[in-house]
Amino acid sequence: MTMSKLTIRELIDKYPFIVSYLEDNKLDITGFEDKTFDDYLNHFSGEEIENWAIDKERLKEDLLAYIRQMKEFLGIKDDTSISSLTIIAGHDKSKNPEGFEEFTINKSEIVSIVGPTGSGKSRLLADIEWTAQKDTPTGRAILINGEKPDMKWRFSSNNKLVAQLSQNMNFVMDLTVKEFIELHAQSRLVEDVEETSQRIIDAANNLAGEKFDLETPVTALSGGQSRALMIADTAILSSSPIVLIDEIENAGIDRKKALKLLVSKDKIVLMATHDPTLALIADKRIVIKNGGISKIIETSQEEKEILVELERMDSIIQGMRSELRAGKQLQVRGKK
Amino acid sequence: MNLVVFSGPPSSGKTSIILKTIEALKQRNISVGVVKFDCLYTDDDVLYEKAGVPVKKGLSGALCPDHFFASNIEEVVQWGIKLDLDLLITESAGLCNRCSPYIREIKGVCVIDNLSGINTPKKIGPMLKSADIVVITKGDIVSQAEREVFASKVSSVNPRAMTMHINGLTGQGAFELSTLLIDEEKKIESVQGMELRFPMPAALCSYCLGETRIGEAYQMGNVRKMDLGDDYE
Repeated sequence: MTMSKLTIRELIDKYPFIVSYLEDNKLDITGFEDKTFDDYLNHFSGEEIENWAIDKERLKEDLLAYIRQMKEFLGIKDDTSISSLTIIAGHDKSKNPEGFEEFTINKSEIVSIVGPTGSGKSRLLADIEWTAQKDTPTGRAILINGEKPDMKWRFSSNNKLVAQLSQNMNFVMDLTVKEFIELHAQSRLVEDVEETSQRIIDAANNLAGEKFDLETPVTALSGGQSRALMIADTAILSSSPIVLIDEIENAGIDRKKALKLLVSKDKIVLMATHDPTLALIADKRIVIKNGGISKIIETSQEEKEILVELERMDSIIQGMRSELRAGKQLQVRGKK
Repeated sequence: MNLVVFSGPPSSGKTSIILKTIEALKQRNISVGVVKFDCLYTDDDVLYEKAGVPVKKGLSGALCPDHFFASNIEEVVQWGIKLDLDLLITESAGLCNRCSPYIREIKGVCVIDNLSGINTPKKIGPMLKSADIVVITKGDIVSQAEREVFASKVSSVNPRAMTMHINGLTGQGAFELSTLLIDEEKKIESVQGMELRFPMPAALCSYCLGETRIGEAYQMGNVRKMDLGDDYE
């Protein structure tokens, strides 16, 4: 490849993202900008190679692989259009056929998943993530945009099909909200980091009961604020077109707005929940039993009416929550 | 028989991942055995026994566990062949982040966890960088953003590896890993004459030989000094 003739400066001009490859592999190229990458690697002494566990051949091949992968990733970014996900039925743990034949979820649709713990929710999700082709224990097949999916979804590390948001997720990094979002944006090769950060924090504050700013350490956020930030970040920055939500706790966050945000970013939303308000927001729900999908229920008109009632009750509770937070005394409604 | 070498920092979830993967293999009637290498102590063998998996453990004691691995792997392979296993898995101690006991031609899997901090991929040497498959665990307890950042750090130090997220508790992803471990074309009868992917550190100093006293007079062999600068002058 002609790459071996380019100087490091030329390489960086052509592929700016290789700076993080050099950094993460602890390759300090200062002073070698006008040399080729081979020349740079050849300058290490035998002792340095041993001490720092440097593998020249691997570094050369990896750089090529990295460039190829990032180019592909940048290409995908322009073409993230996944418009539908189709599940073709397999069987449950007892080998009985599943209670549907084919089920398609379009982008911006929300589908809820119900069923007892251990019934097979993880397996369903794993089938989607692995784009199963009748080669998993359930025998299901997954289609993307109505077609057999590209194997890249299985094998690439930067392009996973499913993003997950679950109850017990925490921030473990010791960073401010700003640094945190920037780090994520850089890993996704976002061009306008500042504007994106602002969009995420605005979206998160729109969801959270209590506002926070870019300078707050992520570890100091309340449960509701953390969830709001995670959801806003996943909606705006995650490359995964499908989002799986494992219950959203009903505290400190506007769940309806959260779902709206995800859907407005063209995500396909799957939501494992037994909370009636959430389950009924979805137009359809998947019922899982004994490792298989036993049926798919469409939310009925009656259920939609129940939802209105639930939302009314929900808003009463949320209102009371805000009043308590503000130090007020609660009063019976309608009484002045 | 297929051989797969698992390695990874302590407590990253190697044993859980291997156990969940074996569960999936058993459903396909594939017989699996495990040899666990460690330094002073391990009770992982009990976990494998409980799961009905033939297991042997090797404690390296005063020796570096990865050196110990290299000196014993052929005998271990012969043990697996005697048991007529379809797949033999070795699990390393994963102590110093530099070594990797991976062998060329033999599949190497590195297990690393999301909780270990985003700079960890940078800190780990050939154990991560020369693995064929990188399994990232504990993704269920960190945010999606951290998972993505962590995976991108892994892929910048080892872009050719296949990166998988596996949940060691629910086993989500373990079936998928299990499909990658059996390879008809990579069956072996022996590892005699095969090569390690990367040389282990050549440290032979007086302390390797049992010296306990501290001081310049007792330091011999391969000794290196830190550069602390001239500030004290």
